[in-house]
Amino acid sequence: MGLLSDPNRRRALISLLTRLNTPICGMPVEWLMKTMQAKGLEVFTQRFSRTLPFPDENKERYMVRGTNVYGILRAPRAPRTEALVLSAPCSPGDNNNQAVGLLLGLAEYFRNQIYWAKDIIFLVNEHDLIGMQAWLEGYHHTNTTGMDWSPLQGRGGSIQAALSLELSSDIITSLDLVLEGLNGQLPNLDLANLFYAFCQKIGVLCTIQGKLQRNDWDSVSGYSHAVQTMMLMVMKQASGRPWGDHGLFLRYHIEAATIKGVNSFRQYKTDATTIGRLLEGMYRKLNNLLERLHQSYFFYLMPSLSHFVSIGYYMPAFGLLAVILLLRALDLWVQLSTPPQRTEDGVTDIEPVRGTHFKTVADLLSLLTPLVISHLTGVALYMLPIRFQEMAVEHFPVSETEAVVLTAIAVYTAGLALPHNTHRLLSGEGTEQGWRVLKLVAVLYLAVLLGCTALINFSLGFILALTLVPVAAFVTPHVPKVLSAFILVILSPACTLLFSVFFFQELQEMPISFQDGWLLFLSVISQGILDHSLYGSLVYPLITLLVYPCWLLFWNILFWN
Amino acid sequence: MKIHHFLSLFSTYFLVDGVNIEDRAGQFFSSGHTNNWAVLVCTSRFWFNYRHVANTLSVYRSVKRLGIPDSHIVLMLADDMACNHRNPKPATVFSHKNMELNVYGDDVEVDYRGYEVTVENFLRILTGRLPPSTPRSKRLLSDDRSNILIYLTGHGGNGFLKFQDSEEISNVELADAFEQMWQKRRYNELLFIIDTCQGASMYERFYSPNLMALASSQVGEDSLSHQPDLAIGVHLMDRYTFYLLEFLEDIHPASKTNMNDLFKVCPKSQCVSTPGHRTDLFLRDPGSVLITDFFGSVRKVELTMETINLTDPIEQLESAESGELQKEMHTYADQLPVSEIIHQKPKQKDWHPPDGFILGLWTLILLVFFQTYGVKHLKHIF
Repeated sequence: MGLLSDPNRRRALISLLTRLNTPICGMPVEWLMKTMQAKGLEVFTQRFSRTLPFPDENKERYMVRGTNVYGILRAPRAPRTEALVLSAPCSPGDNNNQAVGLLLGLAEYFRNQIYWAKDIIFLVNEHDLIGMQAWLEGYHHTNTTGMDWSPLQGRGGSIQAALSLELSSDIITSLDLVLEGLNGQLPNLDLANLFYAFCQKIGVLCTIQGKLQRNDWDSVSGYSHAVQTMMLMVMKQASGRPWGDHGLFLRYHIEAATIKGVNSFRQYKTDATTIGRLLEGMYRKLNNLLERLHQSYFFYLMPSLSHFVSIGYYMPAFGLLAVILLLRALDLWVQLSTPPQRTEDGVTDIEPVRGTHFKTVADLLSLLTPLVISHLTGVALYMLPIRFQEMAVEHFPVSETEAVVLTAIAVYTAGLALPHNTHRLLSGEGTEQGWRVLKLVAVLYLAVLLGCTALINFSLGFILALTLVPVAAFVTPHVPKVLSAFILVILSPACTLLFSVFFFQELQEMPISFQDGWLLFLSVISQGILDHSLYGSLVYPLITLLVYPCWLLFWNILFWN
Repeated sequence: MKIHHFLSLFSTYFLVDGVNIEDRAGQFFSSGHTNNWAVLVCTSRFWFNYRHVANTLSVYRSVKRLGIPDSHIVLMLADDMACNHRNPKPATVFSHKNMELNVYGDDVEVDYRGYEVTVENFLRILTGRLPPSTPRSKRLLSDDRSNILIYLTGHGGNGFLKFQDSEEISNVELADAFEQMWQKRRYNELLFIIDTCQGASMYERFYSPNLMALASSQVGEDSLSHQPDLAIGVHLMDRYTFYLLEFLEDIHPASKTNMNDLFKVCPKSQCVSTPGHRTDLFLRDPGSVLITDFFGSVRKVELTMETINLTDPIEQLESAESGELQKEMHTYADQLPVSEIIHQKPKQKDWHPPDGFILGLWTLILLVFFQTYGVKHLKHIF
């Protein structure tokens, strides 16, 4: 029983795969439509087009135009209320031929079975994430990113689960599971468990984050290996980008994962047939489901495929960091409430100081001004790079992408000069009380911001908390200025990003030189901006509109005078 | 002379025979039951509870094979497995892997299907309180000479059985339903079999007479499923019912196997859980109860050439029988003294310290308080 126990089918699949060894992607739409129809699926296409805000140098595209092709295998006896999706992104070159071939082979096999209770949609999307976003938006009748797509002619029911395949060669030695999706969202842990269970049953080597599982949990090296794997997941989740086509499904509450085939030149190789059996088993299990996956965790970190850390374990760590901020706020509140005491003799001017009552307009202004100016800088950081890229390209010999990134860095650095300029605006000196009030507001603001971020994307919240909470707690105008300015800059969001890039490369055991790292850092910024405009990733607006102004407030406090 | 001798011998022979026939007639009509009914219930729905439907259908198959007709079987299946979209072998329900035995067959009559299987309907069937529009096939039309087999399977816990993933029946409700049946004279003897987790908890509360109960596991134990079929992809049967089916396959309408053999079905080595049974409410000795008394519909047939006068001799013979049964037959209002017959386990009550102790403790506390703080503080309290 099962796929390819029948020798005829095996031969058919092998012939299909060898035919597909020639590079087909660049999307042979007609060929795909013909083939899918021959296998008995209902075939439809969707056109989409999108002009990126600036050219994407990593994937070399600017004005994207493409076609998605998908075939629906209708369940023979079931009402058309639920569907499963199997997708393979088709990028130019021979990046993913084998996946498309396997998809078609599976389509043919699945067509001959009668136990399907859900429709199965075989999707071949062009321009990977952009095509997938267009298809999902068309399927769910939403338009959140301003893409231009033709409406879908054919539809299944509500999608229960989806898998995305990325096979770059026909010899596979291991399968890698990718879980992290847009904005750090993860599929239900049951999907990962399903994959792992089938890997063990069929005997395929499976990895997560590209790292093999070790058996020696107790030893130091085994433990550090597990920590490295988990840190990789934290890094990937914090970036907020979808690390596979599956990442865009999660927003619609569709559990999805990407399976990547890796050829690492081991001795023991698996072939497409085995992978087909694994996928067949997974789809049969998903077919038997009666509800959406909801029994297991949605928030977890995985140090290996067989272990996980649930939110109940890692959230207290973040909670303790947030408590630091709250304690500091409490301390400031108490300081502000106690009346100013004079140690010399004389009339102690005990005025009923309530701390937050402002006696003059100047006090209120000295609080509001830094707030407003910091947020305006944040808005400038958010909007200027894209708006003024043409002007930048005119005046400087750089490409558009570089223009955008460098404008962003320029605005970021310009923000550092703000306290100087703010104080020139305001006449008079800031009071002792003034900076305390500002710091109270800033600390509470940071606590709320980090709390909300950690709830949505724990890794991002935690990394920001690690770097920002210590300085936020200790910065006052009275600490040594040069040293603390240096520390504040080192721990600012941009530098955190720079260090994360190097750290990420270290974890993947591909350390890079400083120049390469810098270039990678620039490309990460540009990808972040693109992700925001293409798929609605929230990392870029969060950092520029909320975290950066908050950090600027502390910078203001440091240079308070 | 010889003819006379012969004739006299003949006549005495006939006379003797006549007395024997009348004796046997007396015994014939004083036996326990005259008809058999079966109520077979599967309470779970969803594809992965395939095995519960297969359990019920395999008991249905045995019961039908041993003679109970469809008109006397109330079959309740909460979900349709044979025509489920996920069934790779449509229109079949298998109990053995490799598709050896299709218990669905082609003459299954399901009386309550799908969402009609509810606790309310089940209790109404048992007690007979159905609306007048209910068709005959959905009624349990038993009388006081009926032996009823009740088989329940599904997911259960300590003291309850889950119906349809949305409601439960408790062991108290079930016991009360059986008591209603007893008071309405709706059964002669009742055999209750349950195959769920912690099944023994469901018969703990029975208090009506003539009930015998079997369960697949004790309180605190889970009943386990038997074997999966790799082509169909689900577990096909539960262990207890699987071995029960194997046991029943060897029974034929004339077999003399008795209940003690049924109690031995599926020992712990095969079932992993410990099956339990309860016979203290049953008047007869389980060793004298035939399997076919409940699982089959065996008609007693006596062939005779004689005509028998059924009025007077029967009464006399009856008076020679046990007085208890006579009491039961003739005095409706005088119900069986239940408390004499039943030896119930004393209910476990939580231990409370004796009342005097609590009173003394509070008195002590008050005394100490007033001694320490002085009586003058009383005015602050009162």
